[in-house]
Amino acid sequence: MSQSALAVELKGIWKRFPGVIANSDINLKVTSGTVHAIVGENGAGKSTLMKILYGMQKADEGTISINGSDLVFNSPSDAIDSGIGMVHQHFMLADNFTVLENIVLGSEPKNGIRLDFAKARKQISGIAAENGLAVDPDVLVSELGVGDRQRIEILKVLYRGAKILILDEPTAVLVPHEVDELFNTLRDLKKEGLTVIFISHKLDEVLSIADEITVIRQGTTVGSVNPHTQNVSARDLAEMMVGNELPTPDAVGDTIQDEVVLKVENLSVFAKGGKAIVDDISFQIRAGEIVGIAGVEGNGQAEILDALMGIESASGRVQFKNEDITNKSTRHRRELGIGFIPEDRHRQALMLEAPLWENRMLGHQTREPNSKGIWLTPRSAKADTKRIVEEYDVRTPSIDVLASALSGGNQQKLIVGREMSGEPKLLIAAHPTRGVDVGAQAAIWDHIRNARQAGLAVLLVSADLDELIGLSDNIKVLLRGKFVADADPATVTPQDLGTAMTGAGEAA
Amino acid sequence: MNLRRIGMSLIAPAIGLFISLAATAVILIAIGASISTVFSSMWNYGTSPRAMSLMLNLATIYFLSALAVSIGFKMNLFNIGVNGQYVLGALAAAVVASNLTLPKVASVTITILSAMIVGALWAGIAAWLKVARGVSEVISTIMLNFIAIGIISYIIVRTPIGTETSLNIRGTKAIPETGMLRGVAFLDPGTPIYGFFFISIVVGIAYWFLLNRTRFGFDLRATGKSASAARTSGVQSNRMIVVTMLLSGAVAGLVGLPYLLGDTGSYTLQFPTDWGFTGIAIALLGRNNPLGIALGAILWAFLDISSGQLILEGVPREISTIMQGLIVIVVVISYEVVRRYQVKSEQTSVAKALEKQEASV
Repeated sequence: MSQSALAVELKGIWKRFPGVIANSDINLKVTSGTVHAIVGENGAGKSTLMKILYGMQKADEGTISINGSDLVFNSPSDAIDSGIGMVHQHFMLADNFTVLENIVLGSEPKNGIRLDFAKARKQISGIAAENGLAVDPDVLVSELGVGDRQRIEILKVLYRGAKILILDEPTAVLVPHEVDELFNTLRDLKKEGLTVIFISHKLDEVLSIADEITVIRQGTTVGSVNPHTQNVSARDLAEMMVGNELPTPDAVGDTIQDEVVLKVENLSVFAKGGKAIVDDISFQIRAGEIVGIAGVEGNGQAEILDALMGIESASGRVQFKNEDITNKSTRHRRELGIGFIPEDRHRQALMLEAPLWENRMLGHQTREPNSKGIWLTPRSAKADTKRIVEEYDVRTPSIDVLASALSGGNQQKLIVGREMSGEPKLLIAAHPTRGVDVGAQAAIWDHIRNARQAGLAVLLVSADLDELIGLSDNIKVLLRGKFVADADPATVTPQDLGTAMTGAGEAA
Repeated sequence: MNLRRIGMSLIAPAIGLFISLAATAVILIAIGASISTVFSSMWNYGTSPRAMSLMLNLATIYFLSALAVSIGFKMNLFNIGVNGQYVLGALAAAVVASNLTLPKVASVTITILSAMIVGALWAGIAAWLKVARGVSEVISTIMLNFIAIGIISYIIVRTPIGTETSLNIRGTKAIPETGMLRGVAFLDPGTPIYGFFFISIVVGIAYWFLLNRTRFGFDLRATGKSASAARTSGVQSNRMIVVTMLLSGAVAGLVGLPYLLGDTGSYTLQFPTDWGFTGIAIALLGRNNPLGIALGAILWAFLDISSGQLILEGVPREISTIMQGLIVIVVVISYEVVRRYQVKSEQTSVAKALEKQEASV
């Protein structure tokens, strides 16, 4: 009967930020009483879309209709009133409150001016029983594990009467058996007639839980598939997510020299709870060699890079040329000639409210042309910033504008130019061409290739599989913090890599 | 573009001043006073040579205090403990100076150094607590203020360091005239300008150089602009916290000296103990910029000095305190509004400039 009714329909959603189009012409139909997965790379525009649906941001264009009627959301409370609930990736719970207190927080049942906890308790245990969400309402949240906390978050939105649940990367923080429990919960919710929108980039999980899957690439919906009726594999989805429209960088000749620049032995990084995010990996990079790491984001790439830069503490051993740098500071590593292009440029690579030339000094403030001894040398730093702007085609009217005024792609070009300055011996790069337009992308590839010719060793993490295959001399596939496969870029296809990345090949 | 930026940075305080003057006028009307007579008598008195001398002296103290606060502010470190740091620094300076019989330059130099060291050490406690135990510096510095006052009372009342001074209050032994830094009278013959007025100008210039022309200053500003990006760039955050806190405390140690060496010559129980909080307000007004802080300090001192005039007009002198409060609130808000507008407008102007470039290609 109402099975085919649409719970959510988005038509022609556009959202622009200065310099970036986050969503362009998004169309989405979510059938009531189903689990609908939205998949896409980080930065593809999933989060923006969900923020629009939850009323946290307003779309520039397009319509939202919930259960058949067009609505305009000015704030999350409008969305909550129409039965939408959001379970955030990062839990929003007060540790020193009990489960019960956390659930009612913000919409407390009142009896006059008194809090009516008895009533709340009854209501909550009712909801919990209906949906198979077993929690003890009187335990302090600080005593609970991640899986329990997530159940509380779900209870919280159900308590507020949500009929449509948005789960933002719910499995990112869970261990495998907790994922199974979550999926059981979701199936129960579906039985109760609720609609679940599930955001993820873990394709094997999506295939096991979703009734329908919509793929977002570069801000737009590129297609929907139904895993029950259509025969789709993780590899097909990976292909849809990554696309095949970018120019392919061609590897040029063999430039690998004998000297080992970076040698990593038994590197592990642990999360606070003791879970290994990077699990005992070893590899080495020689001068003139580019080693690529393929993997779905969130499998430990960022942690490997941070550990190699000395930003994150790790166990194991890291050797640069002949020096053991395991316990050396980030500054020392940079001064040895290690360039770093981090994954999150706003958080790690830029001072957004500082002019471009000050950003050129960042990370290189102890070296020429930025300083001599203890003194800064702004004049030569400015001159060198102009050089970078020209060589890397950074589109800006001046080097005095704030970094925040540039588009993401131009910020990235500045960062790449900065990190390639001063003749680095090793470049640690995450998504060096993310957000960069096609022409500039080819230019960055050329810069990297030329430097490789001169003996630069590169560790390359990229979500763009064509880039990875085109540039790398060796590719290692990372899954859940471990290298699970090696691939030869001369023979491997993006499809093969996609399969290995998602672990879909493991069963076969 | 740069001219525009300077213009923008002047807009916020101008708006702040205007609004707070308007609000004060409303209050004056409400209590039935004449706006013109009140403002004109404040202005007339405030611009007299004697008042201007007093104003510059007070502004010297406020300037140093605000500089101490803003060193921390620049990297989002909130040193609320300037009060405690400067009273201990001043006490140490008084004790050291009163026991020195050296030529003036040597004596004053040693006195200044001892005040700075004591201020830095006291601030260092908060730095250590933050780095080693994760205690918020806001909490620890506030608590250390109370402890400092308590220690000083104990020392002066219960130990031989405190004696009965000429004014019938307990305090430290008088500093010999060779240890004093009285200053010169050039505006009003009866009211010399503190020697520290000139020292504070040097401190202001040194502050600017440290922040804008040294690697350390870059690290400090980078930490304030983005702690995560600074860390990625190789700044060791714990080390920065300790060094910055020590520096802030060292400058705070100077705050009591203009008055001690230019006026009282002894640390008594009546030594003012709240110049540190004034420094916070002025650092906010001056936006951690030494020139802005200097202007803010003069304005603040003007309102303090000329408030005495209000009583003569039959108006409570607290009006000037209200004005000070209004100015801070309004200026801080308008800074933020202007900042957001600036970021937005720069984004659009860059986008426009690029469109033009693109079109002409």
